[in-house]
Amino acid sequence: MSQLKSLYLEGTWKNNPALVQLLGLCPLLAVTSTVTNALGLGIATLLVLVGSNLTVSVVRNWVPKDIRIPVFVMIIAAFVTVIQLLMNAYTFGLYQSLGIFIPLIVTNCAIIGRAEAFASKNTPLLSVWDGLMMGLGFALVLFVLGAMRELLGQGTLFDGAELLLGDWASVLRIEVFSFDHQFLVAILPPGAFLGLGLLIAAKNVIDHQIKTKNAVPAPEQVKGPRARVTNLN
Amino acid sequence: MKLTMASSPHNHSHKSVSKIMMTVMAACIPGILVQTYFFGFGVLIQLALALITVSLTEAAVLKLRSRAIWPSLSDGSAWLTALLLAISVPPLAPWWVTVIGAFFAIAIVKQLYGGLGFNLFNPAMAAYVLLLISFPVQMTSWSPIQEIVTQTLSLADQFAMIFTEATSQGVTLDKWSTSVIDGATSATPLDSVKTSVSQGYTVTEAMSYIGFGEIAGLGWQYVNLAFLLGGLYLLKAKVINWHIPVSFIVSLGLASGVGYIIAPQSEPGTLFHLFSGATMLGAFFIATDPVSASTTNLGRLIYGAAIGLTVYVIRQFGGYPDAVAFAVVIMNMAVPLIDHYTQPRTYGHGANS
Repeated sequence: MSQLKSLYLEGTWKNNPALVQLLGLCPLLAVTSTVTNALGLGIATLLVLVGSNLTVSVVRNWVPKDIRIPVFVMIIAAFVTVIQLLMNAYTFGLYQSLGIFIPLIVTNCAIIGRAEAFASKNTPLLSVWDGLMMGLGFALVLFVLGAMRELLGQGTLFDGAELLLGDWASVLRIEVFSFDHQFLVAILPPGAFLGLGLLIAAKNVIDHQIKTKNAVPAPEQVKGPRARVTNLN
Repeated sequence: MKLTMASSPHNHSHKSVSKIMMTVMAACIPGILVQTYFFGFGVLIQLALALITVSLTEAAVLKLRSRAIWPSLSDGSAWLTALLLAISVPPLAPWWVTVIGAFFAIAIVKQLYGGLGFNLFNPAMAAYVLLLISFPVQMTSWSPIQEIVTQTLSLADQFAMIFTEATSQGVTLDKWSTSVIDGATSATPLDSVKTSVSQGYTVTEAMSYIGFGEIAGLGWQYVNLAFLLGGLYLLKAKVINWHIPVSFIVSLGLASGVGYIIAPQSEPGTLFHLFSGATMLGAFFIATDPVSASTTNLGRLIYGAAIGLTVYVIRQFGGYPDAVAFAVVIMNMAVPLIDHYTQPRTYGHGANS
């Protein structure tokens, strides 16, 4: 049980793929211009991660060590294809707006990183949980970054959510404030870099505060007798 | 016995950071005056806006970092940043443009890196680039030169234009600049030459367009001359070294000269490049920023020349009319590399050993 909890902490905070490992930056920076896109890609990555972790873990004892990487890539690619076809079928609008970044999930290092570092050494149950938590951590960062950029860039949240969730979701669109001129830099790639940098900084600040809060005040040093370092005679 | 130290000159220049910054700001005054004469009081309003914003931002960030506020603020570096930014934005740009730029320059580009002396990029220029790519329309709408306008805007109207984006009669900047004179746009000379050439006109045709002076555009050439004057004063006062401005100007001049020889039809020529846009301001006031520029003499020559060349290439082949900000920010990134390879030989080391 404690292992599950530690995996949960690792995935969503301590070893977050986006904020700490800094893996999968390409999709992270490219598609987070709106919450909808970010959430779409986050969920797709999460599903692929869970599937690939499970499969890799199941076959881990039969895969020769020398060719494990190609095998992992094949497994991941198979799952990505499944996700891509599913998105093509059920969320066509989102499929079009994410474009090349869906097939590019194959190259997301966070996924092969988990396959190599965790799933190939652990039982299927733990691997699925790990994939779920890592994917959740990744999707959360995507979500927050997407929300920041959409809010700054065009003043809305969940714009175009119907692409992801079906027609009813168009009511989710919140216009927080409206301005005549878009703050373009938030939507352009530089905004993604700046936003991610600020998120990482915020995480470090929180960590630092937790650390100082929990730190046991060092016991007051009582000055002992001065050590003699020179010989008397 | 009288103790005197005779050997070694032991000469101290008595220059402190704040004194240097004040000298640079003073050297900007002729440029600002000329700019105000040609473009109206908007220049001064933007300056006030920027100064207030940087002071508040710097104080707030220093407070967050639990540093003493007044010692850092009073060294004047933030005010110089505000000044450089304010004369770079169009005089009648909406107030939030300047405020966002000034905030970004101080909070993100300067203080997040650790404050004065640690910033990798020139704060004013990084902020200018941010504004240019975020608000391309506002940042390229320069008001027409006062001399060719039939009716000038009153001070109150300029205030209204900056703070509400329209005068009290509801005239917007766009409408005003097209209405005051026939066919004149609010584009800068660099911009309109570039547009005309891309539309198939020759440079001579483009230059004969209304709103152009003899050399580099009415108004602009005098603004540049004024900044050249201020820059020469800085050289005289030994606040900046000659290396960066000279290599910047020589390299831009050479590049545009070669370009003019190759394609006289689409090239405005050396004088135009040297006295239009932000050339002189960039050469003497911006590229010479002691923090983000190269620090060795050979490195300064390379740095300045690279900026000049980049400015020419972007002006001539890029998507933006002027490029001093881009060139400076790009070359800021190369400074650690340049400095690494141009370390001067220490006396007694290197050479033949």
